[in-house]
Amino acid sequence: MAEALLALESLRFDAGGRTLIDSVSARIPAGRRTVVLGPNGAGKSVLMRLMHGLIEPTAGRVVWSDDRKPVQAMVFQRPVMLRRSVLDNLTYALSLAGVSHVERTARALDVLHRVGLAHLASRPARVLSGGEQQRVALARAWVLRPQVLFLDEPTASLDPGSSAEVERLIGVIATESCSIVMVTHNLGLARRLADDILFVDAGRITEHTPVADFFAAPRSAQAEHYIRGELSWT
Amino acid sequence: MSTLTDSFATAGALVIQADPQLLGIVALSLKVSLTAVFLASCLGLPVGAAVAVGRFPGRRGLTVILNGLMGLPPVVVGLLVYLLLSRAGPLGAMGLLFTPTAMVIAQVVLITPIIAALSRQIVADAWREYEEQLRSLGASTPRAAFTLLLDTRFSLSTAVLAGLGRAVAEVGAVMIVGGNIDGVTRVMTTTIALETSKGDLPLALALGFILISIVLVLNALAHAVREWAVRRYG
Repeated sequence: MAEALLALESLRFDAGGRTLIDSVSARIPAGRRTVVLGPNGAGKSVLMRLMHGLIEPTAGRVVWSDDRKPVQAMVFQRPVMLRRSVLDNLTYALSLAGVSHVERTARALDVLHRVGLAHLASRPARVLSGGEQQRVALARAWVLRPQVLFLDEPTASLDPGSSAEVERLIGVIATESCSIVMVTHNLGLARRLADDILFVDAGRITEHTPVADFFAAPRSAQAEHYIRGELSWT
Repeated sequence: MSTLTDSFATAGALVIQADPQLLGIVALSLKVSLTAVFLASCLGLPVGAAVAVGRFPGRRGLTVILNGLMGLPPVVVGLLVYLLLSRAGPLGAMGLLFTPTAMVIAQVVLITPIIAALSRQIVADAWREYEEQLRSLGASTPRAAFTLLLDTRFSLSTAVLAGLGRAVAEVGAVMIVGGNIDGVTRVMTTTIALETSKGDLPLALALGFILISIVLVLNALAHAVREWAVRRYG
């Protein structure tokens, strides 16, 4: 396996008296696209929030292989647009990242061109369609030049056209030496984008294999069940 | 009924004649209350946002206190400010009692909790939607609070208007600390109280109609601006 980007060491997370993540250990490889699969309530999103540092583990550690934490960004299922223009949404992210004032606009415009949203730069972000907002959210993540991009069901509430566009953009971002960790229920998306599958069930990782192996021969009964169940719906 | 019709006629006549004394009273009312609203907003909005977003001990207690203080009785506020500003009081040396400044101080005390409590609620609701996104982008708590204040600006206008409505309509506090001195601290509500006690009901009611009209016009303007802004910015 490639060099590890981050290691999860006996991670546990409790909330409301329940254990949502239970003694999870894994190594997420650098420069690869890891897709997290699993049934609803399995703890996929919680696991990703632990990796990203949005929540603190109850026990265990998230260890980055580099001494310095890599630049991270996350795209959520429902994009949260600030009540300002598309361009200002991007420059806001850059200002929080400490990018100098003179650089922000140029970098933001450059990324908007690359995601094909330059014509919307001065539009208020909140009045855009859901698909456009999600693309702005991706652009806002991309403009930070992340070394790791976390995606939580980025296509779940989009129509097929927007979905395809978001998928294409994720593919482009992944080619720029950016590791990807994505939660999804869209098995087609997982097959096309993933290098590795991390299968989570009831707060534990039950499988961590290359994508071809996972779909050809899932090792656990739950995973097989999940694949069959999901496929019958898609 | 005759009192009502008389007072309509009186109100109309007063407005048409643009009686200088009346104009002075209306102008002082607006000057005192708008100044108080401005100062109370400078205090209340940041406090509301800080209580909504911050994590510190006693936050719940503070929320309850803020909500409770929305119902402060104006006469009690007036009395407290009177004691502070009277000759023997701690701030007596400043000689502010029975001046418009004293009235502004009393109204600031009265409406800051209203603006703080309402803005806390508005910002807390927005925080639920924005929290993960802002924390993912690395926003500090003060920065997040400031961003939320900006993003909820249209809703916050309602909180500010509630403060203005309360300030311009209350009589107890300004009566006690202002003293209803003709030409110096006489405002619309104190004039209404005075004319009522003198038995000039038509004049008192006429002033009441003018007061209500001013409040309605201010609210209509604010509503129109808000409608336009929401359509424009989402």
